[in-house]
Amino acid sequence: MTTTTTPQVASRWSRFRSSYLLYSFKRDLVAQLSLVVFIALVAVAVLAPWLAPMNPYDLAQIDIMSSELPPFWIEGSDPAYPVGTDAQGRDMLSTILYGARVSLIIGFGAVALQAILGVSFGLLAGYLGGRVDAFLMRLADIQLSFSTLMVAIVVGALVKAIFGGATFSAYAVPLLVLIIGLAEWPQYARTVRASVLAERHKEYVDAARVMGFTSRRIMFRHILPNTLSPIFVISTVQVANAIIAEAALSFLGLGMPETQPSLGSLIKSGFDYLQSGSWWITLIPGLVLVVLVLVINLLGDWLRDVLNPRLYKG
Amino acid sequence: MNATTQAKTQAPAQVSDAAAPLLEIRGVVKRFSLSGDFLEQLKFKRGRIVREQKHVHAINGVDLDIQRGEALCVVGESGCGKSTVARTVMGLLHPSAGEVHYDGQRIDDLSHKALMPYRRRMQMIFQNPYASLNPRMTIQQTLEEPIRLHHPDWTPQRIKQQVADVMASVGIAADWGGRYGHEFSGGQRQRIAIARALAVDPEFIVADEPISALDVSIQAQVLNLLMEAQQQRNLTYLFITHDLAVVEHFGTRVAVMYLGRVCEIAPTATLFARPRHPYTQALMSAIPRLEDDRPQHIRLEGEVPTPVDLPSGCVFHGRCPHVNDRCRREIPSLIATDDGGQVACHAVEEGRID
Repeated sequence: MTTTTTPQVASRWSRFRSSYLLYSFKRDLVAQLSLVVFIALVAVAVLAPWLAPMNPYDLAQIDIMSSELPPFWIEGSDPAYPVGTDAQGRDMLSTILYGARVSLIIGFGAVALQAILGVSFGLLAGYLGGRVDAFLMRLADIQLSFSTLMVAIVVGALVKAIFGGATFSAYAVPLLVLIIGLAEWPQYARTVRASVLAERHKEYVDAARVMGFTSRRIMFRHILPNTLSPIFVISTVQVANAIIAEAALSFLGLGMPETQPSLGSLIKSGFDYLQSGSWWITLIPGLVLVVLVLVINLLGDWLRDVLNPRLYKG
Repeated sequence: MNATTQAKTQAPAQVSDAAAPLLEIRGVVKRFSLSGDFLEQLKFKRGRIVREQKHVHAINGVDLDIQRGEALCVVGESGCGKSTVARTVMGLLHPSAGEVHYDGQRIDDLSHKALMPYRRRMQMIFQNPYASLNPRMTIQQTLEEPIRLHHPDWTPQRIKQQVADVMASVGIAADWGGRYGHEFSGGQRQRIAIARALAVDPEFIVADEPISALDVSIQAQVLNLLMEAQQQRNLTYLFITHDLAVVEHFGTRVAVMYLGRVCEIAPTATLFARPRHPYTQALMSAIPRLEDDRPQHIRLEGEVPTPVDLPSGCVFHGRCPHVNDRCRREIPSLIATDDGGQVACHAVEEGRID
């Protein structure tokens, strides 16, 4: 077994090394910087429990007396809190690290859900066509006519009314993943369907049908690998969108509760103190959010340029 | 389990006798709707809402028999329904009417599962070798996949051996297996596509213009490869083409199609020596020849009619020099000729033309 797999792994690695993907990455300074910043942000967010000076979820570590302390370069700061504290006395650095983690989990989780739903529905609609196609695409149209905010308000209100606010807080992360995932799957479904429509009339699909493969195998083994490029590109954009959507929902009070801060709910909790001079509580998480979304979008732009041969630059 | 499936696949072969045709196409009709869905079909006409449907009549009433071991070539101009016949035979399209029988068993209405034994026995080679190989699969994967599907009990060694055998038989080097389709030229890709069809040891191959997308210098190689395979494996071909030189070289019998109907079937030599149907005569006279003593080529008037509104009677009547009233009214059926062929022409039947 090992003897058969080793050459394949080696050839895949060598193919990657000689690929246009890597070549263009080496020449694109913006893409390199974006990837470095993105990986750094993801790494500190994932390692937040070990890197952060304190645990913002632990009430015992929070001291209300040290609330609204400014960052280190402003007079009156405490060296224990390098970027200051918020209104409840939580260390901003730790809270941002934990908050970025929540934002990233929701962003990637929601996109995974969108991708699973959207790719499955898009494949079915594009390959089977006819009534299945009409039904799924009308479903997508209906879904797109509700904005993410509306879905979030309805689901949030229902859950809070039925199960109470405490239950909502306990399941806020999976609920937000569900809301953002459900609200945005048509983006994937439409993109995948368009690619499938182009692929399914190619002769290799006919050849697979003549062989007697099942529709499921043809869809997932033969057509799906040939529609991956647009899926990759749309995924980067959608991760950024999902993070923004989460931040917007949290800012409006429909997302993460203040006890489990995400970047959005941090911005919100600081917003009340913006006028009273404690600008850092809003501004610093806001900057982190902007940088995170920006680098993801820059990476997405680069990927789109690389994977679309019509945009090759000389 | 294994024994029963094997018995099932071999059962039809035992009852069939060698003289019966391997494939019979009986009155197959294929229409494609042009009108879209139900709401698009509703039209407002003279104060009333009426439902209006339009169809392209791709093939209308085709009868063909294919004998074991022969290469039946189907010729005709673009849009005459040659490829539709091939795709209907392979089950890629469902006929609107008519039946397809393979080895005595009707196959056009079988379920996906019931069709599986026939899928192994019938294979198809496609026109465009640039599109018929999955760009994300290596050659080895492309060739192994059908074998694994049709022989789930085979060991990996046996599958590898079968792939190596079939690659050798079509002249592909064994070390090409790890490469992808786009790394090869058109002729090499078509060899790979042929290898994929041969990998499951079929007895019947539908070839839909397999060489028309290839460079002329490669066409002969691929054609010879197909003929070699026919001799070694005792294959039966349904060969779709529009190249009459290929037909003369390759075909046992030839079927000439015009506007979705077969107008003439005859053994190759007979058809080339003495075409009977006026359309076949015109087609034959269009072959460029080196010698100049042949009669002038027959120039047909007008264009091929649209397959949406078929002409009444004989589909060829609007362009035929021998047309009379009966041709405009009555659809001619295939009648046997004295030299072993069949022709669908009232004028031939009545002895008005030779």
